Formats: sequence, structure tokens, C-alpha cells
Amino acid sequence: MGKVSALFLVSIFLITGCQTIPKDALTLSPQSLAERQMQTRKYEMKDEGKILSACAGLLQDMGFNVDESEPKLGLITASKMRSAENAGQIAGAILIGLLGGGAMPVDKEQKMRAAVITRPVGELGEYIAVRVTFQRIVWNTEGRVTKSESIIDPAIYQEFFDKLSKAIFLEGQDI
Amino acid sequence: MKRKMSLILIALVFFFTGCATTQQRLLDSESSQVQLRSIQTRAFDTTDKEKTLRTVMSTLQDLGFVIDKADATLGTVSATKLKGYALRMTVTVRPRGETQLLVRANAQYNVQPVTDPEPYQQFFAALEKAMFLTAHQAD
Repeated sequence: MGKVSALFLVSIFLITGCQTIPKDALTLSPQSLAERQMQTRKYEMKDEGKILSACAGLLQDMGFNVDESEPKLGLITASKMRSAENAGQIAGAILIGLLGGGAMPVDKEQKMRAAVITRPVGELGEYIAVRVTFQRIVWNTEGRVTKSESIIDPAIYQEFFDKLSKAIFLEGQDI
Repeated sequence: MKRKMSLILIALVFFFTGCATTQQRLLDSESSQVQLRSIQTRAFDTTDKEKTLRTVMSTLQDLGFVIDKADATLGTVSATKLKGYALRMTVTVRPRGETQLLVRANAQYNVQPVTDPEPYQQFFAALEKAMFLTAHQAD
């Protein structure tokens, strides 16, 4: 009896007591330099506005809607809602249902966010550095958040910058 | 008897750790404002507000945040970090006297305000490094 109520007490503390911020939430992680390099490219030009508008166009090409922008600080933020349905997960849920496990919630939709920040770099400010970061939140069929994370996939960033280079080049071409 | 005691104990626990009233949280005035402000604020020896804001933004990016919005006129930057949790921060930059800028940060972890000094110390340590300047205690 004593053990059970102690357990009960502990679980109440866990549920109603305060969750505290993880110790490493605001420290630079060992990966942060590598991530910065993956998320940043610099372009040899001085016109920050031009690069920003190329980024806005590129985000539109990728289906994002621009949420906020502040050209004085070199910022564009954008987001999009997409389906998060995944055939494997649905098949698993159906299987569990057939085995009598009841209805399993599966991932339903996701919000993907992007922020592009530009800033002049180099001794004379002869380059513009562009850094893009992505994150997403996934909700399941019960409306619960199942994932909230930064997107750290080098291939995604590589593709973004390949497209940006092309867009900047194309913008330079208009006559 | 023992059972009754443990029931009372459980009720007490709910009372203390659970939330008293929910409306009060609009102004969050139970914590000492002066103390909180000193935890959340540092002064830097620079007057370049735009550069400071840009450095704040890149520091937040280094810490894994995605910037939500920024305003050069007001001097504010807001950003969110998602890593199984949601950590939202707002940083403001405003002039202090002729030679300094005050940088104030406040953070919210999921649905709770962050009032511990340590996370803010860590944030300002990262910002100092990126600014190449020392963060002074502001009071």
C-alpha cells in the first residue's frame, strides 16, 4: 500500500509539477558549427535586397507562403502545411486494428517552417551570406503533436542552395 | 485512517503543484520583476543596433532556433526552437545612454516562462562570443 501510494505521488508530481528546460537548450552544441556550414552559403555581391527577393521567389517555388519579412535585417520567414501521411505507418495501424488492438492514431499533417537570414560578410562587406533553417511540427489524427524538430538533412540544404544559385543567376540575366 | 491521510496528502500535492488560478498568468506578476529583469538583461558597449540585432539573429540560429519575426525599428527578434519541446524566445535591443545597448531576452518553455538564471547566462555567453564584446550586468 505504502509503495503504491508513493508511486502514485511521484506520478502526480511528474504530471502536474513543472517540466524544466533542458540544460543544453541554450548552449552551443558540438554540431552547431557543422550545421551552420551546412545551412550557409555566401555569394559575391553587395545587393542584399536582390538576394532576399531571390530567396522569397525560391520559397514560393517550393510552395511556401511568406509569413514575415524585414529587409532591414535581412529576414524572410515562410511556412506551409502539408500532409504527413505515411503508407508504412498507416499499414501498421491497420494491422494492429485487425489484430484487435483498436484504432491507432497515425501522423496526419505537418507544418513546415523556413527562415532565411542574409548578412553582409567579408572585410569590405563584399559577400552576402545566406543562412536558411527549416523546422516542422507533425500532428496525428487525434490532433496531438507527434514530432517537433529541426530539419537537419544535408541533401535538403544542398538542393535549396543549388536552386538559389540558379535563381540569383537567372535574376542577373533579365534584360 | 492511513488511507484518509494519504488522500489528504494527495489533495495537498495537487494544491501546491497544480495551478492556483489561471487568469493571474496573464500578467505573471507573482515573480519579482526587478529580479527577473536583471536575469534577462545585459548591456553591451556598442551603439550599432542593427548589427547587434543581426548578431542576435545569427546566435539564435546557432542555438538551433528558427527566426519567427524581427523588427529593426522596434528592435525585436522572436524565434522558436523545436526539439521535442517548443522553446520560444523574444530578444529586444534598445539604447542605454550614449554608449551602450541593452539586450533583453525572455523565454518560454512549452507553456511555462523560463525564470531560472542559468539558461539566460548560457544565452548571453553565446551572444558575447558572437558580438566579440563583453556582456555587462545592467544594474
